[in-house]
Amino acid sequence: MARAMTFYSTTVGKKVVMAATGVLLVLFIVGHMLGNLQIFEGPERLNAYAHFLKSTGELLWGVRIVMLAAIILHILAAAQITIANWKARPIGYAMKKDVETGYAARTMIVSGPLILLYVIYHLMMFTFLQTPQGLSDTDVYGNVVKAFQQPGISAVYIVALLVLGFHLYHGIWSMLQTLGVNHPKYNRLRRIGACVLAVLIAAGYLSIPVSVLLGIVH
Amino acid sequence: MKLTLKIWRQESPEDKGRLVSYEMDGVAEDTSFLELLDILNQRLIKKGEHPVTFDHDCREGICGSCGFMISGIAHGPQKLTTTCQLFMRQFKDGDTIVAEPFRSRAFPVIKDLVVDRSALDKIVQAGGFISARTGSGPDGNAIPISKEKADRSMDAAACIGCGACVAACPNGSAMLFTAAKISHLGLLPQGQPERKQRALRMVAKMQELGFGACSNHGECEAVCPKGISIDFIARLNRDYMVASALETVEPVKKV
Ligand code: FES
Repeated sequence: MARAMTFYSTTVGKKVVMAATGVLLVLFIVGHMLGNLQIFEGPERLNAYAHFLKSTGELLWGVRIVMLAAIILHILAAAQITIANWKARPIGYAMKKDVETGYAARTMIVSGPLILLYVIYHLMMFTFLQTPQGLSDTDVYGNVVKAFQQPGISAVYIVALLVLGFHLYHGIWSMLQTLGVNHPKYNRLRRIGACVLAVLIAAGYLSIPVSVLLGIVH
Repeated sequence: MKLTLKIWRQESPEDKGRLVSYEMDGVAEDTSFLELLDILNQRLIKKGEHPVTFDHDCREGICGSCGFMISGIAHGPQKLTTTCQLFMRQFKDGDTIVAEPFRSRAFPVIKDLVVDRSALDKIVQAGGFISARTGSGPDGNAIPISKEKADRSMDAAACIGCGACVAACPNGSAMLFTAAKISHLGLLPQGQPERKQRALRMVAKMQELGFGACSNHGECEAVCPKGISIDFIARLNRDYMVASALETVEPVKKV
């Protein structure tokens, strides 16, 4: 335990924790997307899948607890690192140009909190059914269609997923680098792979509200 | 050519400091940046003003003494180049050039463009060495080292410790420097006995000195005059993870 705390006390240790929890979160995001895409196979299929998830009981709670812990650690490490980074340059430059870094990398600290806000809103709506749309406990398919038929809800969802895409575009490559996953032969693939995965994830999720709005799923 | 220089002037570490403009006329294209400052300084001395203070030594891009921010980029706009090797042909007639010291909590400004970079030496002192017997040099080729390993170790050893990586990093992180120092030893057989302690000690020192974290922006590699790759940062991360799992940090033993 003492060794774990020493490890975490350095910025390298915190980054490793952020990257490792990032891996879990990416896996969850992909799994969740594949689950959601069953909406294209009709109400029975999606509702049966939702019922199956709920029926797993302890397993479902196990996954939920692990994800909650991952989110907390991810945010804690991110907050501590950001504060350390701010402190590392108390006097800024009169003129500073970025040569290599990009928009996604520079805005991780903005996209992260936005995603958190969205996740809370999303859980309130679809998991705790706390929003006033009159969503049902069993008809997941109906809930999704009903929610996304409202342009406001779809718009929030679309913006949130684009933000997530940006976060993943830098995050996926960054977590590989932080975890020391590199090899001269495959290094270029990490950037390309991160980009492809980020686009696939954003596109996969976005296909649902877009299809509802266009009336393809109804 | 005609240039406007805006240079950071700061009398002492306590002074607040400010950018001061100087008009330079009739500058030859093959003047180096440091020579340009020499010319300006002659002028200032004649007028009885204080010359601009800046670090330099070899003026051939190998010692790592020189370096400041030139219009927002560490060592200026030319890739793989130190400040002393940057020539005026990289600029256009009429350009305004801003020169500021490298900025980081661990690099306090001493005067004008000179900063105290001894923090980098402290990181090396913490673990950037091997313990070997002194005496006559070992026989050549007595220890076989593959060409690939030797090349990569040399790539890391090319670091001249100028501090541009820290200056360019949005987080003021010294990861590229530390990674280069850890790797050039860690890639060779002679560096193996202390490899884990080295990673633990140098990372802890970096932390203690107040450098920021690596966010994998890649700005450091882009400005490094020796082109040190951020692959070495991934290597540092691996070494640190393995070392943390297997050992706890021990103080350096002096014999
Ligand atoms: S003065 Fe030696 S590298 Fe520039």
